[in-house]
Amino acid sequence: MERTAIRRRLTWQVGTVTEVRDETASARTVVLEVPDWPGHLPGQHLDVRLTAEDGYRASRSYSIASAWTGTTIELTVEQVPDGEVSPYLVDVLKVGDPLEVRGPVGGWFVWKPEQEGPIQLIGGGSGVVPLMAMLRAHAANESTQQARLLYSVRKPASVIYVHDLKEVAASEDVEITFAYTREAPPGETRPPARVDAELLKSVTFPPEDQPTVYVCGPTPFVETVADLLVEAGHDPARVRTERFGPTGGPR
Amino acid sequence: MSTVSPGFTGRRRSGDDLPPGQYLTHDFPVLSAGPTPHIQPEHWEFTVANEAGETIRWDWKAFTSLPSEKITKDLHCVTRWSKLGTEWRGVSLDVLLADVETAADFVMVHSYGGYTTNLPLEDLLDGQAWVAYEYDGEPLHPEHGGPARLLVPHLYLWKSAKWVRGMILSDTEDLGFWETAGYHEYGDPWKEQRYAGD
Ligand SMILES: Cc1cc2nc3c(=O)[nH]c(=O)nc-3n(C[C@H](O)[C@H](O)[C@H](O)COP(=O)(O)OP(=O)(O)OC[C@H]3O[C@@H](n4cnc5c(N)ncnc54)[C@H](O)[C@@H]3O)c2cc1C
Repeated sequence: MERTAIRRRLTWQVGTVTEVRDETASARTVVLEVPDWPGHLPGQHLDVRLTAEDGYRASRSYSIASAWTGTTIELTVEQVPDGEVSPYLVDVLKVGDPLEVRGPVGGWFVWKPEQEGPIQLIGGGSGVVPLMAMLRAHAANESTQQARLLYSVRKPASVIYVHDLKEVAASEDVEITFAYTREAPPGETRPPARVDAELLKSVTFPPEDQPTVYVCGPTPFVETVADLLVEAGHDPARVRTERFGPTGGPR
Repeated sequence: MSTVSPGFTGRRRSGDDLPPGQYLTHDFPVLSAGPTPHIQPEHWEFTVANEAGETIRWDWKAFTSLPSEKITKDLHCVTRWSKLGTEWRGVSLDVLLADVETAADFVMVHSYGGYTTNLPLEDLLDGQAWVAYEYDGEPLHPEHGGPARLLVPHLYLWKSAKWVRGMILSDTEDLGFWETAGYHEYGDPWKEQRYAGD
């Protein structure tokens, strides 16, 4: 694994919500203005901290969805039923509210525009968020590295960033495939199913192309996909993963 | 500085027995930087090298013949979940380091797959750390670091390197994988040492 050098003291900063956008029935994008934001690499995340009237606090990590530098950043949050922080970010937080953040964090699950070779992105559910930041950075940098996204999602209505994805997919360097797991849209030839070896073989860069592969999503999704990639011959050192959330059961 | 989040009350699933900023979970989340390495015990080995480069080596059979202990400990992950009372079997680092001649202060831990993490040597001694190979009475699952992982429960879990293959003792402190990527060089959960400079 290659070493990265991003070490800097991180302090809490107060951002202000300037816009909120519904992405799906359960996911929302929050746009923040953070005056002292130092900039970030696509794929990095930040911590959000909420404070109740009585001083009680809760924090969680969220990937940064926006790519551009400057003091405006975007987060996209999928509401976890019964969750502590995500229901607040999706349902309660409104334009004008303050939001404390600390970041950016993480120097491994990142794409650097100067990086050589094709980019293979594979996301499940809200795992598409840091991958979207990479696609946005790819567009902003007018990168000509070939990029492919395989986006596993329950049904058409669960797709986050429908419009933005259409926009990036218009570039001849970017290809997007949706894998519907529960319900496919009319006209889709592949019946609803989870990502498997056959699908990976037909829509992702083969190992010979030496892509850097970024896999992000719920743990069981990431485990399955990363194992399939290694079995298919991808060098584990080029497969980077980010796992959101729990295993879905005790082990 | 205190910035109140309008309308936030919280669910308060964190308890008094948890370090600050942690919440309790009952499942066992998996976090790692790449695919899970699958290492067969017959291909596994563990080495300890001192600062002079003298190396001690155990294969699986020799390692599992060492005196082992049952360990019951709370785990704290920097991503904020804590899991209480987890049960392991492993070999104490006091056993593994007993015959190592060293005056070094620091250790770099190496894993199959290329992961590294750094620790002060004194944090591995006196019953504080193990190389664990069973979880909940079963062989350790590869997702959780099997066949064997380091277990240093008093520090954030990224210090408890999975798929561990060896340690190199050193007079100087170098930084490991996450420590180089912006995480704290020591990682005490009770002091919330999450990121560099905390
Ligand atoms: C590096 C990193 C980046 C992340 N980026 C994003 C992001 O961009 N967008 C995003 O929406 N989330 C992201 N997450 C997940 C996020 O940090 C929270 O875990 C999530 O929002 C749930 O928090 P909560 O407080 O609402 O739920 P909690 O109160 O923590 O949990 C409530 C219940 O839901 C379960 N649960 C927790 N998380 C999940 C989950 N993800 N899926 C299903 N069940 C869950 C818990 O085990 C618990 O039983 C990221 C996590 C990490 C570690």
